[in-house]
Amino acid sequence: MHDSHKFKIPIGPQHPALKEPESFSVALKGEKILGVDIRLGYNHRGIEKACEERTYIQDMYLIERICGICSHAHSTAFIQAVEEIASLEVPKRALYVRTIIAELERIHSHLLWLGVAGHEIGFDTLLMYTWRDREIVMDILASITGNRVNYGINTIGGVRRDISSDQMKKVLKAVDLLEERTKYYIELGLEETTIIKRLSGVGVLSYEDTLKLDAVGPTARASGVARDVRKDDPYAAYGEIPFEVITDNHSDVYGRTIVRLKELMESFKLVRDCAKNIPDGPIAVKAPRKIPAGEAISRYEAPRGEDVHYVKANGTEKPERVKVRAPTLANVQAVKHMLKDRFLADMPIVIAAIDPCFSCTDRLVSIEYSNRGREVISWKDLHNYSINWHREHNGIDFTGLNKKYLDRINK
Amino acid sequence: MKKNPGMMFWEVLKSFFKKPATIKYPAEKFDMPDKYRGKLKFYPEKCIGCKMCMRDCPTGAITINKIGEKEFEAEIDLGKCIYCGQCVDSCIKKALEITQDVELAQFDRNKLKVTFSAQNKESPEK
Repeated sequence: MHDSHKFKIPIGPQHPALKEPESFSVALKGEKILGVDIRLGYNHRGIEKACEERTYIQDMYLIERICGICSHAHSTAFIQAVEEIASLEVPKRALYVRTIIAELERIHSHLLWLGVAGHEIGFDTLLMYTWRDREIVMDILASITGNRVNYGINTIGGVRRDISSDQMKKVLKAVDLLEERTKYYIELGLEETTIIKRLSGVGVLSYEDTLKLDAVGPTARASGVARDVRKDDPYAAYGEIPFEVITDNHSDVYGRTIVRLKELMESFKLVRDCAKNIPDGPIAVKAPRKIPAGEAISRYEAPRGEDVHYVKANGTEKPERVKVRAPTLANVQAVKHMLKDRFLADMPIVIAAIDPCFSCTDRLVSIEYSNRGREVISWKDLHNYSINWHREHNGIDFTGLNKKYLDRINK
Repeated sequence: MKKNPGMMFWEVLKSFFKKPATIKYPAEKFDMPDKYRGKLKFYPEKCIGCKMCMRDCPTGAITINKIGEKEFEAEIDLGKCIYCGQCVDSCIKKALEITQDVELAQFDRNKLKVTFSAQNKESPEK
């Protein structure tokens, strides 16, 4: 191949190596990546719009289904915002229950990631081991909340199910077992030559770049940035329980593995502390159906990073606006940077290292014309388009009804 | 890791006498936890027709119909239901209940629509 020759290969949106529809267009020179173009938007489900047409109680279950792995993260972030607007005082016990579920979820997410990372580097034994151990925590979550994935434990003003002392014993027993297994994985991660050689120096993101590109979660912490919402802006019961923010200075995929493994140990500690200090009392307060007007932003440290929810209430049963920023969206720019001037063979593990969840991320509306290519459509244009569409196809004219709104946006 | 090929032998022996981590599903059933949210059950005699369950259902899977004086029936579309159990929480008279029944797969979509009426007459299939 001639030196000046540049190859462009598309990966996705449907590709055997990707679990979700996402398109990566990779410019190559030999084996070296010159640049990556990431296109999001294949998985757009219109959840934010759907939220505006449902009541707060219905939204809770809808929001929970944004992502299967951080379902508690999303629902808690949303609920915190709603509770702040309604100025509800959530009982202490409910906050502790939420914290326990959150930490169990983190354990399950990190174990899942470790298995996926093992699979991406061709170490499938690790996948089998971690996913077997993940079943323990999944069963525990099922016994506490009633479901393995979409827990449905949150309600506005508290939690729906209490944890009995019998269940707490079961949880602690499972945590002991998992801790023993995790120690083995840490030993594996720190000593196994296959892992060290395959992951070191892959997907490097320096401290300065992390700050510049605003990476969040374990991706940032592996580059030495101690950024953790649980510490910076404590929610639920995190303000009362001491724990450490794990950081690492490897700045590569190996560093991210170590951060996640050590975070598992912190999570076990947190679950134990919560179980020991959990206060007695009610688990929920009665919440009004109509939330007073107001707006709030809520932050939550999901297993993948910071999750931000914005809720605007207008005094009715339904929210006026809900905005979700999932952690993957913050990390996706970092991936572009990490892949530059690296090898194509490292691409799966570098992408997997941020633990991407594209179904959380996709929020874009773009339209494709056959002659003009692709373009992003603005909110105003989309609004006009919908009015015109209804006028032409259904014979209904919404222009009069939307006059006030149009006046506002046309200003 | 220690470089000792002999270690593998013990692992093989240990795994040989261990029970598998999986279960043989259709033959062996998994014990559902107490709080598991499965198929819904409706008690027509307790229902007062306030329709709070209908109002709170995120997917609109449940419909309460009035069939006579103080008599109500519930139509539950199990294909739409997301098994969140909110209707059970919303019901003030405890006329709804969650069961541990999970084997609800059907080939025909219409069979997923279950009607609970006062005679306690369920549709022929689940």
